[in-house]
Amino acid sequence: MQTRPMRWLRKNVVVLAGVLALGYLILPNLVVLAFSFNKPKGRFNYTWNHFSTDAWQHPCGVADMCGSLTLSLRLAVYATIGATVLGTMTAFALARYRFRGRAATNMLIFLPMAMPEVVMGASLGTLFLNMRIRFGFWTILIAHTMFCLSFVVVAVKARVMSMDPRLEQAAQDLYATPAQTFLRITLPLAAPGIAAGALLSFALSFDDYIITSFNAGNTVTFPMFVWGSAQRGTPVQVNVIGTAMFVVAVLLVVAGQLVGGRRRGART
Amino acid sequence: MTAATAPPPTSPAPATVPAAPRRAAGRRRLTPYLLLLAGVAWLLVFFVAPMVYQASTSVQTGSLDEGFKVTWHVATYWDALREYWPHFLRSLLYSGIATAACLAIGYPLAYTIAFRAGRWRNVVLVLVIAPFFTSFLIRTLAWETILADQGPVVSFLNTVHVLDVTSWLHITQGDRVLATPLAVVCGLTYNFLPFMILPLYTSLERIDGRLHEASGDLYATPFTTFRKVTFPLSLPGVVAGTLLTFIPASGDYINAELLGSTNQKMIGNVIQSQFLRVLDYPTAAALSFILMAAILAIVTVYIRRAGTEELV
Repeated sequence: MQTRPMRWLRKNVVVLAGVLALGYLILPNLVVLAFSFNKPKGRFNYTWNHFSTDAWQHPCGVADMCGSLTLSLRLAVYATIGATVLGTMTAFALARYRFRGRAATNMLIFLPMAMPEVVMGASLGTLFLNMRIRFGFWTILIAHTMFCLSFVVVAVKARVMSMDPRLEQAAQDLYATPAQTFLRITLPLAAPGIAAGALLSFALSFDDYIITSFNAGNTVTFPMFVWGSAQRGTPVQVNVIGTAMFVVAVLLVVAGQLVGGRRRGART
Repeated sequence: MTAATAPPPTSPAPATVPAAPRRAAGRRRLTPYLLLLAGVAWLLVFFVAPMVYQASTSVQTGSLDEGFKVTWHVATYWDALREYWPHFLRSLLYSGIATAACLAIGYPLAYTIAFRAGRWRNVVLVLVIAPFFTSFLIRTLAWETILADQGPVVSFLNTVHVLDVTSWLHITQGDRVLATPLAVVCGLTYNFLPFMILPLYTSLERIDGRLHEASGDLYATPFTTFRKVTFPLSLPGVVAGTLLTFIPASGDYINAELLGSTNQKMIGNVIQSQFLRVLDYPTAAALSFILMAAILAIVTVYIRRAGTEELV
């Protein structure tokens, strides 16, 4: 005979394990949040001293940090635009056409995702070095666009492949020109895939340290600033930025959900 | 990332658009190539060419001042392997363990999101993805705080004598967790967990709920249902998830650098320091090539064994 709590446990053990896993994922963010209100005793923000909102009031109070932050944001925006445009075109070609070299192209798209970042970063760095190209903003941008590209292709391709071709046929039956069909049917239908790819690119580019470190020279992006400061004591402001990014991302996703939900509601 | 593994569930549509008028046929044949041109060119120049270039660098000799020349100095490979084989082994071992841990931790969560979360599903999904937006360096530094020597986690593990067991297994040392293999593997597991959860979730979510009912109607216990129905159907997600975890983890050096000591250095640390500090480019190139070859070999064998070809 099983007692009631035992039966409940048996039924929900998966959920409990899931909740624990979620806790494991979220815990560091909570620590980052908590320590953004710390006033550390020395240079190292590892132990709790006492509560303060100093860092939140002066987020740019640390030399060079906000400069590196804007640089990273700029890089992420440009890399996202570049990767999304190139990736979307590639994805349409792969999803819509049968042509010679299609398998090879698929392989070419897959490889960067299956390559450890160290390998990609080091090899691209070697190339720039030997071509005597000065490391800096442009070399980082090239590298970021390169590794974001594949992720956009995969996201958009999956979306385009799942689109119902009859919708476009219907548009053409109703005398829409190819341009009209593309702008008013194809593109809106593919938009979620493109948006997912763009969002992913932004996150990947903004957060990249490994590939950037091989191609940055003396240019300091935000992750590189964090890395550098880790050796001599991370300023509390780094936690402020980390928390703010987290909150902004969650708000954006929630807002997107709400808008998407309302649209879906309006349509049905 | 969701999309990385998910051709969505809707009908696999025939991909060609309706028959075009004849005069457009010639142009249509060119269209895919025109669309591909920019993206493929970018990858060829900035991904393939560097790889080829690196292959040549790995057999060069020389110095920074005199410049490097191709001398087919293959011995670089042997020297690199002889000196750094422990790092290779350690990388593969740590990332292998971290991948297994990710699967063990991530599967229940993916399962919960797919089948049990109900209206919380989107919230939980956001919580899985959201940590991505706090720089992973910051989050890894947070682990330093969590696992700190005098911190609550370590004292708790000490009180319940877990650390005695782990020290005996040589994965921790004394009453420390930081600067031990355990800390590095923990960090790797944590960092790549979302890469495991998302593909698992997409393949679980696609499973038809009626299959579970049918299995139950045929007197299968929940565990049998899982073993015979759910798990086999989620295999593509398992394969994609393990690859997406194992590959980046094996080249990672952030966790080893921040959470480990010199005894936990992985091959990524070696490549990075050869390239950026020692400036020995041939050795760095040879090491990356060996790593790449090892990973490609492992992945190929694994995909053969798992029997899924549809990864992209």
